[in-house]
Order: sequence, then C-alpha cells, then structure tokens
Amino acid sequence: MLQFLVRRLIVAILVAATVMTLAFILTRLSGDLAISIAGPNATQADVEAVRKAYGLDRPLTVQFFDWVGRAATGDLGESYFFKTKVSKLIGERMPITITLGLTGLVIALLVSLPLGILAAVRENTALDRVVQMVALLGQAMPSFWLGLILMITLGLQLGWLPISGTGSWQHYVMPGIVLAFSAIPALTRLTRAGMIQAMGSDYIRTARAKGLSRASILLKHALRNAAIPVVAIAAVQLGFMLGGSIVIEQVFALHGVGFLAWESIGKNDFPVVQAVVLVLAVIYVALTMVADLMNAVLDPRLRGP
Amino acid sequence: MSALLEVDHLEVNFGGRVSAVRGASVTVERGETHCLVGESGCGKSVTALAVMNLLARGARRSAKRLAFEGQDLTGLSDSGMAHLRGNAMAMIFQEPMTCLNPAYTVGSQMTEVLRRHRKTTQRAATDRAADLLARVGITAPGLRLGQFPHQLSGGLRQRVMIAMALMCDPKLLIADEPTTALDVTVQAQILRLLAGLQRDLGLGMLLITHDLGIVARVGHRVSVMYAGEVVESAPTAELFANPKHPYTKGLLRCVPVPGKIRRDEPLGSIPGTVPRIGPGFEGCAFRERCDFADATCAHTIPRHAASAAHDFLCRLPA
Ligand SMILES: Nc1ncnc2c1ncn2[C@@H]1O[C@H](COP(=O)(O)OP(=O)(O)OP(=O)(O)O)[C@@H](O)[C@H]1O
Ligand code: SF4
Ligand SMILES: [Mg+2]
Repeated sequence: MLQFLVRRLIVAILVAATVMTLAFILTRLSGDLAISIAGPNATQADVEAVRKAYGLDRPLTVQFFDWVGRAATGDLGESYFFKTKVSKLIGERMPITITLGLTGLVIALLVSLPLGILAAVRENTALDRVVQMVALLGQAMPSFWLGLILMITLGLQLGWLPISGTGSWQHYVMPGIVLAFSAIPALTRLTRAGMIQAMGSDYIRTARAKGLSRASILLKHALRNAAIPVVAIAAVQLGFMLGGSIVIEQVFALHGVGFLAWESIGKNDFPVVQAVVLVLAVIYVALTMVADLMNAVLDPRLRGP
Repeated sequence: MSALLEVDHLEVNFGGRVSAVRGASVTVERGETHCLVGESGCGKSVTALAVMNLLARGARRSAKRLAFEGQDLTGLSDSGMAHLRGNAMAMIFQEPMTCLNPAYTVGSQMTEVLRRHRKTTQRAATDRAADLLARVGITAPGLRLGQFPHQLSGGLRQRVMIAMALMCDPKLLIADEPTTALDVTVQAQILRLLAGLQRDLGLGMLLITHDLGIVARVGHRVSVMYAGEVVESAPTAELFANPKHPYTKGLLRCVPVPGKIRRDEPLGSIPGTVPRIGPGFEGCAFRERCDFADATCAHTIPRHAASAAHDFLCRLPA
C-alpha cells in the first residue's frame, strides 16, 4: 500500500510538472506580454518599464524556474489585472466551482446508479436498450448547447430556475445538470456492466440460496461490488467536471474559477491563467488518488491480507 | 407422511438446445443420505440447482412432481421459495473459491442468513456462527468471523459455506461435492459432522460426489446419473453388491480392488465421454459406450425393478 502511494505521488509530481511547463509555454506563445499589459496607448519606454517591473526581460528559462520555485512554496504570484495575490483570487472563487462540481456529481450519480441497475436487471429488454440509447445521446450532446436548451426551456419558458448568477442553490441546478450529462453515460454503462457481472456471479447465487430478499441481493450484495469501479470513476469524473466548468461557468455566468480563467485569458493575465491550470491539474491528480483510496476502502481484497 | 424431497421426472434444458436433465427422479427421506454419482457433465449440479430454483437465466425447468415435505415447489412464488431457502433447505455449492461475497466478512455473511429467517439478536447470531465454525473444525472461529473471504484458503471457505448452510438447522441439505477442496482428515471430520447432524436433527441430505469411498461410508442410498437421467438407484450396499446397469458396473470396475473402495478414485475411467444431448433424443444415451448395446437400445428403454428399492434403466432384464 505504501509503495503504491509513493508510486502515485511520483506520477502526481510528474503530471504537475508537465502541466506547469505546458501552461507556461502556451501563455508565452500568445504574444509579447509587456505590450498587452502596458495597454494600447503606452510608449516604447512604458513597455520597457513594464517589461522590467514584471521581470519579463529575463530569459524564459529563468522566468520559468522562478515561477515553478515560487509555486512550489505556495506563492502563485500576483495578478496583472486585479493587482492582488492569485492565490487569494482563486481561493475566493473555488467554493463556487467546487459546489458546481459536486452538484454535477451528485446529479450524475442520482441518475446513473438507478438507470444502470434498472438496465442490468432488465438486461436485453426494450428498457435496457432505451437506457443505453439515452446514455449514448448524452455523450453526443455538446455541453454549451445543452446549457442553452435548458436555459430556454427551464429558465425562460417555464421560469422554474434562474438562468445566471450564484444567488441561491437553485442557480446551481441547471449548470449542475449540464455538467452531470457529461458523466452520466460513462457512469450508467459502468453501473450496468458491474451489476450484470455481479448478478451472474457465484456469490449472488449463494445470496439467493440463503433466501435473502430481492432488495438485499440487489443492493447489499450486488451493488456493493458493482459500485467499486463506479465510485473510482466518479472521482475522476469530478475532475473532468471541474475542468469542464470553464465552459459552463461562462454560459451560466457563475463567477467561479472557470470564469476567472476565461476572463484572465481575455486580459492576458498570465499569472492567473497559469495558476488556474496548475490548481485544476493538482486537484485532478488528487482526485485520481482519492479514487484509488476509495477502491481500497470498498474492496477488501486491495487492503492486503 | 410424504418424503422430505420428491423429484419426479425433472427436466432442465438450456435455451431449448441442451437437455441437461432428462426425466431424473430422486427421493430423499428424512434423515437419509442420498448420494448422486456420475461422470462430469451428467447433470448432477443442474439437478441440485433445479431443486433449489437457482438455475441460471435461460434455463427451463419442469417436473411431474417437485415437492419438499409434501409442498409443491414448482408453483411456489419467488418469496415463498426464498422463505424455504437457507432455512428449511440449504445448499453447499461446488465452487468454494467464488461462493462467498468478497466485500463482506465471514461473520456478516453467516449471521445475515440466521437473522433473515429467525428473530434473534446480532450477538446471538454471532455466537451461533462461531459455534458452527468450531464444529466444522475451524480453529479460532472468532478471528475467522472478522476476516474476508480472500483471507481464507479454499478449504476454509468450503467449511465456512458448510457452516453457513447449517445456520438455520435445515431439514434438507443439498451438498454439491462438499469435501473435494478438503484434505483427507478434514474430509473425514466433515463427514462425521454431517452424519452426527443427521442423527441428532434428522437432517436429510442429497450428497453429490465423485468419490465412491464417501458413498460407501455415508450413503444410505445411491442414484447413478448418466446424461441427465438416473440410470440406476438402490440402497448403497445393494448397489455395490449387485449393480445392474452396465454403466454402474463400469463405474464400479474403475475402482481397482474389487469389494474394497479406494478413496480419491475419480469416476469416468470408462472409455468415451458423456454425449451432449438435445431435445427429442430417443433410446439409451449410453449405447455408444455400452458393450451390450444392440438395435433395441435405440428405442425407448423400460425401467426394471431388481428389488422393491432397486431399479435401473436398461433393456437387459433384471
Ligand atoms: N448455465 C448453463 N448453460 C448451458 N448449459 C449448462 C449450464 N449449466 C450446465 N450446463 C450443461 O448441463 C450439463 C450438466 O452440467 P452439470 O453442471 O449438472 O454437471 P455435473 O454432473 O455437476 O458435472 P461435474 O461433476 O463436473 O460437476 C453439462 O453438459 C453442462 O454443459
Ligand atoms: S439399454 Fe442397451 S445400451 Fe443402454 S445400457 Fe442397457 S444394454 Fe447398454
Ligand atoms: Mg457439478
């Protein structure tokens, strides 16, 4: 187990390093930072002053390692635009993004688990095929398009839910549904496959031979085993959803980390963009580790003898 | 009083193509051990699963009569059957490695069956589980109760299965090769335990085995299966002394020293293999391998009685 964790940690560090390098290179590719910071009316002298003030006159490698060194100690630098610490900016907006991600995950699980179980119990019936088709459709639907459709129907025509902002929990429902849609197909399929496999297993035959109730057989004995991979994938899907929130927060005007990233890209606010990418990557890696831990918690066989 | 278990003309087929059981009849009396023997694939496990209504999806079961303590099982609802299973009739499976749920401890799996069928506390159920584990020869039962199946060897898992089947004091125990995963001393211990339970509780047992040594030691009655049919059935001593069906004779000939049954001797040393039979098959299924086969063997075969309790399925006269 310890060896496993160490290996995981090394992978995590490698991923973080790769992401940092990519984020750094991509932000530099988009033109001369000093010019965009100084603004359209700046003179050549202003630009030079900015270049010096922000340390952009140094060689790229020096800038890179300076950034990496600071990031490693938790200092993500200062925003060019907001003139405040990037860590503070991200910290303020993170709760919104996390709330959104968790809402999406909960909705996804509330839909996928019953659908998957139902499809498995009715394997190869019309119902099973309908469920699989719905899952397929969900996968094919672009999230911004689904977001707009929901806004028009639930928001504007029916008036059930607010279409933008973060004032109340209702504000998270629509974007949550949109985020959930991206995870539902995979989670439903996995639940269905896991349940079918479990229901055909010898230990379920034993459970039936013990005269247990149908509910106990399905939910206690079969789902418990079928859920192991589902929980792991759900954690990974949460990572995807947090990344996907860059688009969704934009569509629904939720001022979370995704929104911040979007704004900052438009303003060439590179410390923020770099930091958001890094933070999301670290969260993603952390979630995959959580998935492994959940696996070990749920599957006694992984806990060792 | 009716017999404990009556199976008359049981038929099981899979997807309408494979006839796994073709009119098999078996009766188990209270307190009797009825052994079911035969080569691999002849339908022993399918017969047992059909009685418990635990056949895989796609299997079709029918019978002239299938009754437990006089109660018809074919018309019984799922919940009615669930009420009997694990309770008055219990089963031990052939596959000890995979029969326990990997996600739950031995203790939780053993106690849940008792708590399903009896009103007891968790404490009392745990005590009973520990007691039964000790009786099937497991040392440190307290420790085992807290362990997960993957922490146990195959032999231990099989003994846990046996103990679990006994949790509710069943009247009928269907045991599908319950001792194959165990070494000889444990095997003897388990057989003694089952024999003891039988005496004390009047437990009836349908014991499926490959081991003629076990049959000779514990079987009151033996039924020999071949290709989904019971081809001969008799009290144990009579079957060993006076086998009638050529297949039974073949099985007994496979045992090296006449009169003395050697343990661990697998069946099926008769040349050839069990044919796979589809619906509409007629005549004796053994005729390809039988030394006495002739043209009449391709037609419907009569069942002869060699004595009041001994019958066989062959064209040859008694
Ligand atoms: N789920 C199933 N689907 C299709 N055929 C099956 C199924 N289960 C069993 N059979 C077939 O039924 C026949 C009887 O199998 P069964 O398991 O009862 O044999 P057995 O006598 O118990 O053999 P063994 O001694 O190896 O346990 C075999 O031909 C087998 O292939
Ligand atoms: S019926 Fe014919 S083939 Fe079958 S066992 Fe008897 S003699 Fe042999
Ligand atoms: Mg078998």
